[in-house]
Amino acid sequence: MLNNGGIDSLNVIVCIKRVPDTEAHIRIDETGTDIDNRGVKYIISPYDEFAIEAGLRVKEKMEGGEVSLLTVATSEAQETLRNGLAMGADKATLLRADSYMDGLGTAKALAAELRDSDAQLILFGVKAAGSDQQQVGPMVATLLGIPCVTEVSSFEFGEGVVTCQREIEGGIEVVEADLPAVLTITKGEYEPRYASLKGIMAAKRKPLEEREAEVSQPGLHIERLSEPTTRESGCVLQDSPDAVDELVRLLREEANAL
Amino acid sequence: MADVLAFVEQREGQIGGGAREVVSVAAQLASEIGSSASALVLGGPGLASAAEGLSTAGATAVAVAEHEALSEYNPEAYLPIVINHLRSGNFRALIFSASSLGKDLAPRVAAELDVPLGSDVTGMEVQDGVPLFTRPVYSGKAFARFSIDADPAIVTIRPNVFPVSDYNSGIEVSKFIPDVDPEAWCARVIERKGVTEGAIDVSEAAVVVSGGRGLKDPENWGVLEELRDAIGPDTALGASRAVVDAGWRPHSEQVGQTGKTVAPKLYIAVGISGAVQHLAGMRTSQTIVAVNRDPDAPIFSMADYGIVGDLFEVIPRMTETIKALKSED
Ligand SMILES: Cc1cc2nc3c(=O)[nH]c(=O)nc-3n(C[C@H](O)[C@H](O)[C@H](O)COP(=O)(O)OP(=O)(O)OC[C@H]3O[C@@H](n4cnc5c(N)ncnc54)[C@H](O)[C@@H]3O)c2cc1C
Ligand SMILES: Nc1ncnc2c1ncn2[C@@H]1O[C@H](COP(=O)(O)O)[C@@H](O)[C@H]1O
Repeated sequence: MLNNGGIDSLNVIVCIKRVPDTEAHIRIDETGTDIDNRGVKYIISPYDEFAIEAGLRVKEKMEGGEVSLLTVATSEAQETLRNGLAMGADKATLLRADSYMDGLGTAKALAAELRDSDAQLILFGVKAAGSDQQQVGPMVATLLGIPCVTEVSSFEFGEGVVTCQREIEGGIEVVEADLPAVLTITKGEYEPRYASLKGIMAAKRKPLEEREAEVSQPGLHIERLSEPTTRESGCVLQDSPDAVDELVRLLREEANAL
Repeated sequence: MADVLAFVEQREGQIGGGAREVVSVAAQLASEIGSSASALVLGGPGLASAAEGLSTAGATAVAVAEHEALSEYNPEAYLPIVINHLRSGNFRALIFSASSLGKDLAPRVAAELDVPLGSDVTGMEVQDGVPLFTRPVYSGKAFARFSIDADPAIVTIRPNVFPVSDYNSGIEVSKFIPDVDPEAWCARVIERKGVTEGAIDVSEAAVVVSGGRGLKDPENWGVLEELRDAIGPDTALGASRAVVDAGWRPHSEQVGQTGKTVAPKLYIAVGISGAVQHLAGMRTSQTIVAVNRDPDAPIFSMADYGIVGDLFEVIPRMTETIKALKSED
């Protein structure tokens, strides 16, 4: 549960990324450095949906304030933003970038936009499905000079602070951060809501602005994408009294795993 | 000469196994580009003596920052110390572990220095003096090979993937006491709770025994716990999302797209069908074993070894066989 700690309204910005459906079959295109997007369905990255859900719950609890979505992408991401608006966000901004950007470049473009915002809370997914970098959120916070709490599974507000639960190796940490703050959201309690039909209709009329992103020269160069080396088809045995002995023997002698 | 720096983690004053991997990667890279590897570790008083053991992984020098306020990780405390250390030398590369700490700290260091970051690296080679790294993308459905056009090149490496080398160099330990001002922190840890005391995290374990919906009931996890105990101390339990969503197991154990990414030496999937989102979290494991009663379960396509059968019969027998084997050693 959110405790509003005396704050009655607060603006939230959620940074989201358009990514290939996690079920999609990934093929590499003829350049060898990107994927072939023909026939691939694109979605809001799953963790970013958790972040949207977390942002919407803040607004519901506060009974005031706005939830805005922000992305750096090609114009095609308008559709992605509309899907987020259909979940309940109020408005959206697309910073258009047509060329490849590394994580730092993305963070810089986002930070340039966020620098003048009045948002008290900036939410990210823990990682974007696809790039799986887990870096853009804390980079943005560092560029803005504000605190960042990563891998947050739940949070609530106090006097000028947000108190977060972090799931880390071997335990849970409770971190209190001054506002404004950046949080990267893991699933925790934020099972994302479905967009209702009403939400989908309303989303069509919500403000969606598209502008040029601030583009910087990438320093991380993708030389080549390749398919994973296919595992040789494994040794699968039908269960029998000997099968388990054989498996354990193979694990020990062949795989050196026991 | 530009150095390669390994950022080494300590927990409760102990330098764990992950540190040796990070130092080994730094040493490997240093030898290929003709420089030397050093390490940096931050922690509470008394840490310097623990750092000496790092020589066997190939570091020739280790800088130890000791301060009461550094014994537990806080990014605002750690960041300026790492930055100062980097500015005090000439570093070509900086290696972190892709642990919770590394994934939290490395992006901040990169942003502060205005250099990119290569996350979760699983491979490295040097061509014409240029380091090329490989990392899984699209949850392991592809691999990207990349170079970093910046100094230092910063990467985090996925735990358990890189071998630990065995050097025997001397090591120079230099201790320093940095200024730390907890009053100035904008984010503070106010509480720490262990999930299960002493239990090792699924993302760090050398062996993972994971259970799915095939276990039928949370009461049945004893079967997996016994297998875990038989295999040994460096073994952790994992889970599919189906059983985490059902509330049978904690989210901290979930492996996959929306859980943890693991790459243990041995991954045993029990009663798990092998949905793409689950495979995303474990496909870079070294050896994969599947136990499932459905011969067509997709998990078998990823498995090096498998048994088609009822887990309630297979697993207890496996536990007994392993126990018998271990008692002979
Ligand atoms: C956006 C998104 C993110 C997701 N993230 C994750 C994630 O992070 N991790 C994850 O795991 N899943 C994730 N999923 C869910 C995933 O799609 C699957 O639903 C889930 O992995 C299935 O879990 P399971 O294998 O335990 O269950 P099931 O698919 O129900 O499989 C149970 C298996 O047990 C076998 N079985 C049953 N009884 C026995 C027996 N007695 N002996 C032996 N075998 C038996 C069955 O043959 C079956 O193969 C995600 C899904 C989505 C859409
Ligand atoms: N192009 C982008 N536009 C907006 N937000 C982004 C973009 N890329 C990444 N993010 C945010 O940063 C998080 C982490 O992404 P990554 O570091 O790429 O794994 C994502 O979950 C998003 O919240």
